[in-house]
Amino acid sequence: MASVDVPQAEATGEGKKLETLESVVVRFCGDSGDGMQLVGTQMTNVSAAFGNDVSTLPDYPAEIRAPAGTLAGVSGYQLCFSNHDIFTPGDEVDTLVAMNPAALKTNVADLKRGGTLIVNEDAFDKSNVQKATYETNPLEDEDGLQAYRVHKVPMTRLTRDAVDGLGLSVREADRCKNFFALGLSYWLYERDATPTEDWVRAKFAKKPEIMEANLRALRAGYNYGFSTESFTVHYEVAPAKLPPGRYRKLTGNEATALGLVTGATNAGRNLFYAGYPITPASDVLHELSTMKHFGVKTFQAEDEIAAMCAAVGAAFAGELSVTASSGPGICLKGEAMGLGMITELPMIIVNVQRGGPSTGLPTKTEQADLLLSMFGRNGESPLPILAAQSPADCFALVQEAQRISVEFMVPVIFLTDGYIANGAEPWRIPEVDSLPKINVRHQTELNGDGQYLPYKRDDKLVRPWAKPGTPGLEHRVGGLEKSDPTGNVSYDPDNHEAMIRRRAQKVAGIADSIPEQEVDGAQSGDLLVVSWGGTYGAVRTACRQAAQEGKSVGHAHLRYLNPFPKNLGEILSRFDKVLVPELNMGQLRLLLRNEFLVDARGFNKIKGKPFLVSEVVDAINGMLDS
Amino acid sequence: MSTDLPVLSPKDFASDQEIRWCPRCGDYSILAQVKKVLPTLGLPKEKFCFISGIGCSSRFPYYMDTYGFHSIHGRAPAVATAVKMANPELQTWVITGDGDALSIGGNHLMHAIRRNVDLKIILFNNQIYGLTKGQYSPTSPQGKRTKSTPVGSVDYPLNPLSVALGCEATFVARSVDVDIKHLTMVLERAAHHKGTAFVEVYQDCNVFNHKAFEFATDKKIKDDNIIYLEHGKPLTFAKGTKGIRVNEGSRPEVVDLDGSVAEDDLLFHDEKAVEPSLAFMLARMRYPQFPEPMGIFRALEKPTYDEVANQQIDDAIADKGRGDLTALFNKGDTWEVK
Repeated sequence: MASVDVPQAEATGEGKKLETLESVVVRFCGDSGDGMQLVGTQMTNVSAAFGNDVSTLPDYPAEIRAPAGTLAGVSGYQLCFSNHDIFTPGDEVDTLVAMNPAALKTNVADLKRGGTLIVNEDAFDKSNVQKATYETNPLEDEDGLQAYRVHKVPMTRLTRDAVDGLGLSVREADRCKNFFALGLSYWLYERDATPTEDWVRAKFAKKPEIMEANLRALRAGYNYGFSTESFTVHYEVAPAKLPPGRYRKLTGNEATALGLVTGATNAGRNLFYAGYPITPASDVLHELSTMKHFGVKTFQAEDEIAAMCAAVGAAFAGELSVTASSGPGICLKGEAMGLGMITELPMIIVNVQRGGPSTGLPTKTEQADLLLSMFGRNGESPLPILAAQSPADCFALVQEAQRISVEFMVPVIFLTDGYIANGAEPWRIPEVDSLPKINVRHQTELNGDGQYLPYKRDDKLVRPWAKPGTPGLEHRVGGLEKSDPTGNVSYDPDNHEAMIRRRAQKVAGIADSIPEQEVDGAQSGDLLVVSWGGTYGAVRTACRQAAQEGKSVGHAHLRYLNPFPKNLGEILSRFDKVLVPELNMGQLRLLLRNEFLVDARGFNKIKGKPFLVSEVVDAINGMLDS
Repeated sequence: MSTDLPVLSPKDFASDQEIRWCPRCGDYSILAQVKKVLPTLGLPKEKFCFISGIGCSSRFPYYMDTYGFHSIHGRAPAVATAVKMANPELQTWVITGDGDALSIGGNHLMHAIRRNVDLKIILFNNQIYGLTKGQYSPTSPQGKRTKSTPVGSVDYPLNPLSVALGCEATFVARSVDVDIKHLTMVLERAAHHKGTAFVEVYQDCNVFNHKAFEFATDKKIKDDNIIYLEHGKPLTFAKGTKGIRVNEGSRPEVVDLDGSVAEDDLLFHDEKAVEPSLAFMLARMRYPQFPEPMGIFRALEKPTYDEVANQQIDDAIADKGRGDLTALFNKGDTWEVK
């Protein structure tokens, strides 16, 4: 096997300057077939393994392969690695790697003034320049790019040279150029290529020539930075001081799947997952389908409705059940979610939110399904709603959703979004014994006078859960209004109102079993910023900046959206002003105004992209100045 | 250890709920025959689960003292698939109607059948929407005048058995509500089938579509209009005076058994034929051109979805050992922070 001997020891000794940075944002962008997600992930992995804190933002088109070279086909992957705790993948890009003119055109605006621009100049031919709707080659326009440190690198040619002699076709050779770009980036930021080399060796174990080609391309990229005069300086970012422990990198969808199987396993139960493929939720299904040895049953249903109905059916049969989807799929599930609600069975409905309405922006993020979660079913049908704040938070919070669903016999909506579902961050691996255990109880004895009463409630208004197969507890449930407590069909007006109120009261009562809301920063004062879901990182960073500048700003980030934490109203009353930044038109704001009669103001962005820290800072300052 | 089962009777399967179908509705007979069949199956009551959608027939679970789930319109096969996957020990029945199964729920019916989930699906076909008071259904004949089609329906009807066969059903049968003995036999066969058993029952809606199946129920004429399928036997009807033969154009034709046609020349029924073409041809024989076949069209053994899905889990555990969370957490690239 060829060894890849990256000359790290000498790398700093060739007269090139090594500068130390606190935090770096790199973005790779190219055609959706250029392997940008792959190299972004690799650089994330090596940075995480090195000990940096990392945060990522994959950004890819809905089309699998839009026509090559076009603006529509550009795929990007942004990562931030840092020597301190970070919450976002960064506002501005320090180094942009653009593999073609279309990628340059769609991404250069995010590159900071004075930033490093690395382009594959071989891709800037007449045809590609035209496809990117440039009138002339932007690399020949001295004025256009003068704000950046531009490195024109003939990546295609150098990659072909590097893999020469391996018998690869031109097409195969050209597919290795992403590793050239990666190798160059590794030199630029003093990254240890070993984990990537190991990955390449394992991935292409059965294709030795492809393995060798990618390793050669990686090394060629690294050596290019090392030896050419184009690059005179490179950088290092020291490891972050994260709490001690063993870490791994997790995306939100991975964390959700891991959390679900953990909750079930620690409850001594099997997990039942029903789903229908949909972007950006499918990875939850993919992950869980590899966990059969945990007893996980995955059912790829014929449609979203069937997936929801299967979750209800499995819950009726006594399983810890779950379905995951995104906005359009959740709409289809609505009626069956109501069935889960009225039959009072425990299950989790994961909504990985994406840009809407309708098909909307499938691969882009948004948090515009909060009101759908609150009100998107016929009749009075309140359900508990939890929202994860970061990729790794999905792990803990989805287990909390499972706890609530089982303890209160109710379907729970678990919200994430495309940003945290696909984004990654380091996750400190917990001790299994330290994790909460969900206590699942099935009724096995009669609870009435010689009969089983499926709707006889306890002091928390929770009904018992008897599994089919249990002798003597045969009973029927269904979507028609239930008679209290027999569960028989009832059209009695008073019974209907009583049941509606009891179900709502039960959900409201969950507030007694969840933690009180915490406020970061000022505990009272001029401004409270209230956020929820995936905007946590940007809003927390912005609020801390404001606090550092001496401003009286507190930040309450909600993970429990229904019911709200009990002390939320009191917190709101301690501040003069309330700002609610959201990636929608003001959905949480509407709920807060309704619930607490507070004059909450919104800062709203609906572009399919997460907040920049600077945008939230501006909104905070604007609010304080008004 | 002795596991003697209590001897159950049909009465043991009756719930305490008042039955609210219209007087003389065909559903009563189907309910009675199901209650008759269950005690013969050697299973205790708690092992039965009845799952329905929406419609008159879908009230069925409330009248059975077993586990039951009255779900939502058209979705019973999806609910039932999960119940069966979750607990393969439950004998799981789906009770549905022509609107529920073939209109709003067509997709779920199709997929439950093609997966061969071990479900007994009983489709009460009355060719009308009863619960919503009389609109035409996907099995109503073209031209049907109803509240929603005052000058006659335009759409061509679906043939439930053709649909089931097209979905590669492993068990397909038909019976009639009032033909008590035959219906009992068909339900019994369905109950014993491992895999999706699809049974269409002609059921009289005496309020909105009375006598839709008179040709198959009126004692005076039914012998000429229906033909009982028996495995390995020639197809004869009208008290043995007529038979079905496949002609040179590979089409069925009615022949008189007056001596001019030998019995061996008639079509012989083979419910185990792997190729569905015979069953499909039988399903396409419609009154009045043909006598309509009653009985088991097809009965094949094939691994079931629930069985194989659960087997995959057993295999994975046998292969990798029962999942260990610590190992799962530490999978892939990890690093230590000190």
